[in-house]
Amino acid sequence: MKLADSLKEKLGERIREINIHNERRIYLTVDVKDLLECAGILFREMDGRYIVASGADNSGSFEILYHFGFDRQGSVVSLRVLLAGKDPEVPSLSAVIPGITYIEREMWELLGIRFTGHPGLRHFLLREDWPQGNYPLRKEGATEGEKSEE
Amino acid sequence: MKNKKRVIIPIGPYHPLLEEPEFFSLYCDGETVVDVEWEAGYNHRAIEKLSESKHWDQVTFLVERICGICSTSHPFAYCNAVEDILGITVPERAKYIRSIIGEMERIHSHLLWVGLAGHFLGYNTVFMWAWKYRETILDMFEMITGNRNHYAMFRIGGVRRDIEDGDIPSLRKVLGEMEGKLEMLTRAVLDDPVLAVRLKGVGVLTRRDIKDFGAVGPVARASGVDFDVRKDDPYAAYPLVKWKVITTGNGDVFDKAVVRLLETFESVSIIRQCLDAIEGKKGEIENQVREVPAGQGIGRHEAPRGECFHYVRSDGANSPVRHKIRAPSYVNIPTFKASCTGQTISDVAIILAGVDPCYCCTERVAVYDAGNKKKLYGFPELVEMSRKKTERIIKGEMK
Repeated sequence: MKLADSLKEKLGERIREINIHNERRIYLTVDVKDLLECAGILFREMDGRYIVASGADNSGSFEILYHFGFDRQGSVVSLRVLLAGKDPEVPSLSAVIPGITYIEREMWELLGIRFTGHPGLRHFLLREDWPQGNYPLRKEGATEGEKSEE
Repeated sequence: MKNKKRVIIPIGPYHPLLEEPEFFSLYCDGETVVDVEWEAGYNHRAIEKLSESKHWDQVTFLVERICGICSTSHPFAYCNAVEDILGITVPERAKYIRSIIGEMERIHSHLLWVGLAGHFLGYNTVFMWAWKYRETILDMFEMITGNRNHYAMFRIGGVRRDIEDGDIPSLRKVLGEMEGKLEMLTRAVLDDPVLAVRLKGVGVLTRRDIKDFGAVGPVARASGVDFDVRKDDPYAAYPLVKWKVITTGNGDVFDKAVVRLLETFESVSIIRQCLDAIEGKKGEIENQVREVPAGQGIGRHEAPRGECFHYVRSDGANSPVRHKIRAPSYVNIPTFKASCTGQTISDVAIILAGVDPCYCCTERVAVYDAGNKKKLYGFPELVEMSRKKTERIIKGEMK
């Protein structure tokens, strides 16, 4: 069975949108409420390999792509969640994927996306005394938010 | 720390030998490591952010600056990603040239690792040999690309320079000599009883660990996971030549060394076949790309350390709107939590080196007592402990 078909079968109604860029690059959009479950299915049940996650600022809203490798088929499946508002929040996947904690810390400090249930949401790339509310990868730039006291 | 018996060993962040400063804290109970913490960002250059302000073509050379050892891995993955947005392939000749550069880089990177591993174990002869042989590869790079490193060979749609027919005979000669030297080095390393004692069963990673942390490259292949982007998601000339993926099953540092050493022979063979394919022929080396349409693309390359992953998004303008880069060490380094736990301090240097993490932090290791903050050891002492352990094994004092 083709990967796209088995994805549709396993995830069913939870898929809001499917974008088959080509056989090896599939993008799926799901709701935040279904994220934990869908990631669990991709990672454990379908044995997808955790590659990395990438957050993006869409000027006003945010999105996260969780990339999974399906190496037998040579494919990458990217699970997309869209996050509304300036103060986005999403459940942490650390209970499902142990290795994901670092990239979640990175997305939190660079984009200001909060991960609920993360075991230690603290700075990873930026220094500990980095000014609060200053998220360098946001499109409005790193100049807004609280200024450093220095 | 609540338990005063625990000692924290900070490793890093700066080290003059290699790039990428990083910081590790080893939590130790006596001689045994009980936990490892990793902190990064000491040399954070915000390349993902910078990329959003550069032209598509400039980004190729920007990402080449990410790593000084495997400098072609990032342009390789980035070009694959942009070509994924465009939906184009590169001319056949460019495919072969790309693979030649990629494999030459693998040989020099693996030799660099073998040398460093020998150095950490007190086998400086291995270090001298490996780095001497590596030098001839760098000379080949200089001949083909004009540079020993940062070759600037890649561009979106193809490569920037052709490989001249006149250069090919001397390339073949170097490859022939290289094969003999690699064989000698491989036998010397693999048949050495002391190295076997130092490396076998040390820093073991199970298939489960590989899955949990998403580890890639020789680290994963040493644990029996046969994932290799070149085979599984073929690109460039890799589907056009014959070669095999090297895997072993024990997951210890010894097996990681075996995988790397055997991979260099495959690389020599790939380069030879690619040279055969382009010798005496003429052909285009690039498809002109005028603009990048809106869309998103994923590009991957099997770097010497494993899968290098680039995600690029375009809105149709001159620069990417989002460029996510994941180097293989980002998923390989977290495996220290599994591989160091339960090991002795004298084995930590080689376990950390076993992942080949662009290792740059070792010179400034210091061991502090958590209770009174008194300095116990520095990294020179740790390396000394590692070497003494080797010496004791040689003398037959321990097994």
